[in-house]
Amino acid sequence: MLAAIGIDSMEGLLVDIPRSLRIPRLELPNGLSEFETMAQITSLADRNRVFPDRLTFRGGGVYRRFIPAAVAAVTSKPEFYTAYTPYQPEASQGTLQAIYEFQTLIAELTALDVANASLYDGATAVAEAAMMAFVHTGRKEVLVSGYLHPEYLDVLRAFGEGRGIKIRKGSEPTAKTAAVIFQQPDFLGLLVDAAGLTKRAHDAGAIAIACVDPISLALLAPPGQYGADIAVGEGQQLGLSPSYGGPHVGFIACHKDLVRRLPGRLIGESHDAQGRRGFVLTLTAREQHIRREKATSNICTNHSLCALAASVYMTYMGAEGMRHVADVSFKRAHALAARLTALPGWELAFPEQQFLNEFPIRVPKPAVMNRKLARRGILGGLDMHRWYRELKGVFTFTCTEVNDPRAIDELVEAVSS
Amino acid sequence: MTEPLSFEKSRPNAHAPRLPDADVTAAGAADVIPRELLRSQAPALPRLSEPEVMRHYSRLASMNYSISEQFYPLGSCTMKYNPVANEAAASLPGFTALHPYQDEESVQGALELMWRLEQALCAVVGVDRVTLQPAAGAHGEWTALRMIQAFHRSRGEARTEVLVPDSAHGTNPASAALSGFQVVEVASAPDGRISLADLEAKLSSRVAALMLTNPNTLGLFEREILDIAELVHNTGAKLYYDGANLNAFMGVCRPGDMGFDAVHMNLHKTFTTPHGGGGPGAGPVGVKSDLVPFLPTPTVERTNGHLKLDFKRPQSIGRVRSFYGNFGMLVRAYTYIVAMGGDGLTQASMDAVLSANYLRKRMEGLLDLPHEGPCMHEFVASAHNLAPNGIRALDVAKGLLERDFYAPTIYFPLVVPEAIMVEPTETESKATLDAFADAIAEIVKEAKEDPDKLHHEPHSLPVGRLDEVATARRINAYLLGQSEDPILRWKPAREQPC
Amino acid sequence: MAGRLYTKSHEWLTVEGKNVTVGITDFAQAQLGDVVFLELPNPGRKLDVGESFGVVESVKAASDLYAPVSGRVTATNDQLAAKPELINSDPYGDGWILKLELTGALPTDLMDEAAYKKSTESQA
Repeated sequence: MLAAIGIDSMEGLLVDIPRSLRIPRLELPNGLSEFETMAQITSLADRNRVFPDRLTFRGGGVYRRFIPAAVAAVTSKPEFYTAYTPYQPEASQGTLQAIYEFQTLIAELTALDVANASLYDGATAVAEAAMMAFVHTGRKEVLVSGYLHPEYLDVLRAFGEGRGIKIRKGSEPTAKTAAVIFQQPDFLGLLVDAAGLTKRAHDAGAIAIACVDPISLALLAPPGQYGADIAVGEGQQLGLSPSYGGPHVGFIACHKDLVRRLPGRLIGESHDAQGRRGFVLTLTAREQHIRREKATSNICTNHSLCALAASVYMTYMGAEGMRHVADVSFKRAHALAARLTALPGWELAFPEQQFLNEFPIRVPKPAVMNRKLARRGILGGLDMHRWYRELKGVFTFTCTEVNDPRAIDELVEAVSS
Repeated sequence: MTEPLSFEKSRPNAHAPRLPDADVTAAGAADVIPRELLRSQAPALPRLSEPEVMRHYSRLASMNYSISEQFYPLGSCTMKYNPVANEAAASLPGFTALHPYQDEESVQGALELMWRLEQALCAVVGVDRVTLQPAAGAHGEWTALRMIQAFHRSRGEARTEVLVPDSAHGTNPASAALSGFQVVEVASAPDGRISLADLEAKLSSRVAALMLTNPNTLGLFEREILDIAELVHNTGAKLYYDGANLNAFMGVCRPGDMGFDAVHMNLHKTFTTPHGGGGPGAGPVGVKSDLVPFLPTPTVERTNGHLKLDFKRPQSIGRVRSFYGNFGMLVRAYTYIVAMGGDGLTQASMDAVLSANYLRKRMEGLLDLPHEGPCMHEFVASAHNLAPNGIRALDVAKGLLERDFYAPTIYFPLVVPEAIMVEPTETESKATLDAFADAIAEIVKEAKEDPDKLHHEPHSLPVGRLDEVATARRINAYLLGQSEDPILRWKPAREQPC
Repeated sequence: MAGRLYTKSHEWLTVEGKNVTVGITDFAQAQLGDVVFLELPNPGRKLDVGESFGVVESVKAASDLYAPVSGRVTATNDQLAAKPELINSDPYGDGWILKLELTGALPTDLMDEAAYKKSTESQA
């Protein structure tokens, strides 16, 4: 190859790099065989403690759920996972149609007009939605009502700070408010007055942004039903493993008036000259590669493969299957709450508020509880005091279809021993 | 071949999957929660049996080109082979089953992996610390700009402009705008490199940073990088490195030594994590010491072999995403780095440069090559020479699809008319490169002899060229209330009660 | 009616007394390709010369529109919402974009047809 290029050594190709910048070698160990590599990686994996699904009662935005084997069987197809962003539609119909189906599934689930091809995670989805509201209304304040996931709030702040957007906590929008953001159920697992908050936002001329749990939407009123303008959320529960926090998938859907402000990719239906249906990336003039500094967002690579996993999950489960697991989770969480509150010193932190499958509870011995549970192989509740000074001694516990009744017994036994 | 939508294949009497019953004594949600909080109408999700689901997605998979089957010379995208060992590593239950809020003691292996990956990336790019949090390249760009902004603010300087070359990736100006900066474009010189004169003219005390990729998007090494760094630093601004093109010189030279203060890396380009049809990726950012206080929270710290997450970082820009980054992608990238080692990564870059120059040589006489070589890991050709035959870069791309190659990046960078940007990567054999060059030769011949034939390619793929204009116009008609069909989603014909 | 005048940013305008009609040039529409969408200001809005007043989009590009003169918007072309392709098929006729009531003097750097043609030849 060197001869074909007309040079006699690699140095001939590196002439543009100043000599002073050349390094003698890369300061890393030499490469290893696959066998040795895997041994090294496996030893790292073995240094982590894995709690069984059924004994995991910790949520806080990432949940253990039943994942159909079909999900991995599809996402591990190299035709999906080694494909690039579908810039050439004729050679990317598989990815394009799968994303179009994802857009439809999310739009159906949220009962809104249009959803995009995916975002990174729930946190950046909240921030992107806030940016849409900021541009749409020209207002510089975003109101966060109640217990929004604290990490989502942090990310929202980081986004807002760059652009001079003020993030305020509260539920009373003013004429300066671009958006009211609320989470349903909230970070503690409690149901909020989504319809009331939406109305208040609209009365002040602000955008209502609902951050929602996708499984809950099989049961709960979806954002479109109570008139929210934008729905966002984290899709991890739709067939993705916890994986120490990622990769998961953010989703965003909106009312048609806001579609042109949506960040990221959108897939639309099209036809070729023979009238065959196909799918294409569309409305791309919103995006960074065309609009550059005037783009709706800088997002380019998103989370397509995770969106594919979510699509397989939703298609496999159907509305009925999702409703079933949501209902099982609801019943088990309520059964667990009843068992725990029967113990001395345990009481619901917000007994007047309803919850689905995650709930905040005041525990008698917060300092030792989780250590005690871990000894029995149980991943116990999540300490809310880490984020909220007012919630000292309050932990959230979560139940899903993977926490069988015997696992609930084990948890109750362990905390009462 | 086309495949109906899952929604169209849906059968109302398909069996729902068998799922566990609650088996506890508790009321159901519908009995407890007030009606106005409940869903009034079930979502119109498809109903299919498992075999139908599997067949549907298998058929969709067969409609894709992918690295596993085709050569993917997408300039700027670094479509290398994705080693299957990476996938095996990321699937280990010791990684996939970890809850992000497990105690540090129970995730020492995960933290150790992140720490080692950070060390390795520091070594490759020549920086002091790296955050692994950003989820993608653009997210990394924005993270870096936020750190640079915080750095200037901490010194009481309100710098409001970011300089971006006219040949830059679109994400650069978009990330700058998203951080609240004004974007000022710097012109390219006739040789395709940044114009030093224009750079000098645009530098001022208002400038927070210059964003640069090196080699640039034309595949050319910025020979005057040390002078550029000096000019930028003399005005108090920072130099930012867009790591899209890092595959050009691993083990040969380092952005940190060139004077770059912040560097983002695309693990899904340089470090072989798969593209997944458009993500997930990972976009770690490395910084020199004076930007370290501003790194996102948390960082991974290691003392006496014990690892912990550090949340107490008062000057930090905060969080840029939830948890600690796309951990599964970090596992894949680290596996690749361990397998390749310092020697392997260096060889990879050398081979990438060799492949690009070989292919560039083979393009001589077929397409225009507007800039003088040698190139680094990619080069930009132009189909401008085929314009008299009525052939555009798009037609060349479609001709390649017809010949079982994915198309190069076209119409980018914007500074080259009819641009065809080719990045072969190190994982392709000479035989593949030759076959690609032969396909280009055949297309050029067809362009001259029978351009109309080329205009109608591809015809052996599931669909031919799609009418994107009609699609966009139909969507706009919907958005303007002139039509009921959103085009951006399938629309159910019926309404069903919950 | 006076002849068409042109701007460097590829708008054209005709002036009749205080009434100015604005569109984009044939060169501009050819560069953009098939137009799919326009974002236009509401009538009544006051524009300064050089101010960006809207966007014209094709599937591959988006271009800002700039006011060639200072004036108040008196009308926009309603037909374009449903038929943006008029910009391509008849840029100087049915593809007009908006009408302004002139509020100041005409800028001095507007070009006549010959000068504009010359300027686009160097760009093509």
